[in-house]
Amino acid sequence: MNDEYDLSPIQLDALREIGNVGAGNSATALSQIINKRIDMNVPKVALVPIEAVPDLVGGPDAIVVGVFLRIYGRAPGNVLFLMPQKSAFYLVDTLMGREHGTTKTLDFMDESALMEIGNILSGAYLNAFFSFTHISMLPSIPALAMDMAGAILNIILVQLGQMGDQAMVIETEFLAEDDGISGHFFLVPDPGSLGILIEAVGVE
Amino acid sequence: MANLIKVGMADYKVGRSPSTLISYGLGSCIGISLYDPQTKIGGLLHIMLPDSTQARASDNPAKFADTGIPLMLNDVIALGASRSRLVAKIAGGAQMFAFANATDIMRVGNRNADAVKQILRRNGIKVIAEDTGGNYGRTVQIDLNTGVYKVKTIDRGEKDI
Repeated sequence: MNDEYDLSPIQLDALREIGNVGAGNSATALSQIINKRIDMNVPKVALVPIEAVPDLVGGPDAIVVGVFLRIYGRAPGNVLFLMPQKSAFYLVDTLMGREHGTTKTLDFMDESALMEIGNILSGAYLNAFFSFTHISMLPSIPALAMDMAGAILNIILVQLGQMGDQAMVIETEFLAEDDGISGHFFLVPDPGSLGILIEAVGVE
Repeated sequence: MANLIKVGMADYKVGRSPSTLISYGLGSCIGISLYDPQTKIGGLLHIMLPDSTQARASDNPAKFADTGIPLMLNDVIALGASRSRLVAKIAGGAQMFAFANATDIMRVGNRNADAVKQILRRNGIKVIAEDTGGNYGRTVQIDLNTGVYKVKTIDRGEKDI
């Protein structure tokens, strides 16, 4: 199990680069939708203890909106797009053409819009993986939840927890030019998938 | 609030009055509190999965109900609690995302709740209060002075069980 996580610096760089391109695709997509510049940082590719993952997004009790997609194909995994609640409301206001500060809770249409954003961002992100690996990563229909970060992260951590004590996380942070929107994009390959992706990239 | 002790995911802590043990942001995880009302000694365990035998090797027994509960039980007894007086309260076990074709792992909350109750029963510990299921997260805390187990949510208020 842990052999799979035992990556050389070049392999880590390769993953980071793919994540970078994927995040770039996603940022471009989001930026075109909301008509604002989106900055993103260089993705973190890191092996973290499972219980430390909630700290990456502000602690287990931070209120966030999460859009979750399961990835099917030869290298299955999970995608989770997490936004602080404030950012999600701001994004919904932008998408719906409402004045900022209008949204105080998410109705059905708002949720639908956010799930669609999750869908578009994941598609753009996974495209990068396809172009480097030629492994199709097909996202499921998105699901959405607004709750405590720890609770939402459970869905990906439980799966990993069954296989080991650490999680390989490919994570990027977004920030819109006016600071209204920030978010975290997580790609968490299932145990076994990382090896397949690395092999397909062909670096040692 | 005197002495708030944080319990992380896949972790447990034991203590005595006037401490309060707290664990944040449980989804499908379960927070299990043990309490001896006479000595005011207790513990809080935050498990992620029901069964260590169905998982690959782990260095952390507190991640699973079947290995975590006996571990915490031993520790509270070592601290001076009496097994016969100990009572349990549990909360968590939600399914956070609604999926039409939810796999087993997405329904792990239910399995966690069942396993926890079964393991407590097997150890002779009575579950006197429970707040499990649903599709929302919970923060739980046990006040070791009173034995009150507080369950906080975002949209559904908080309650003492």
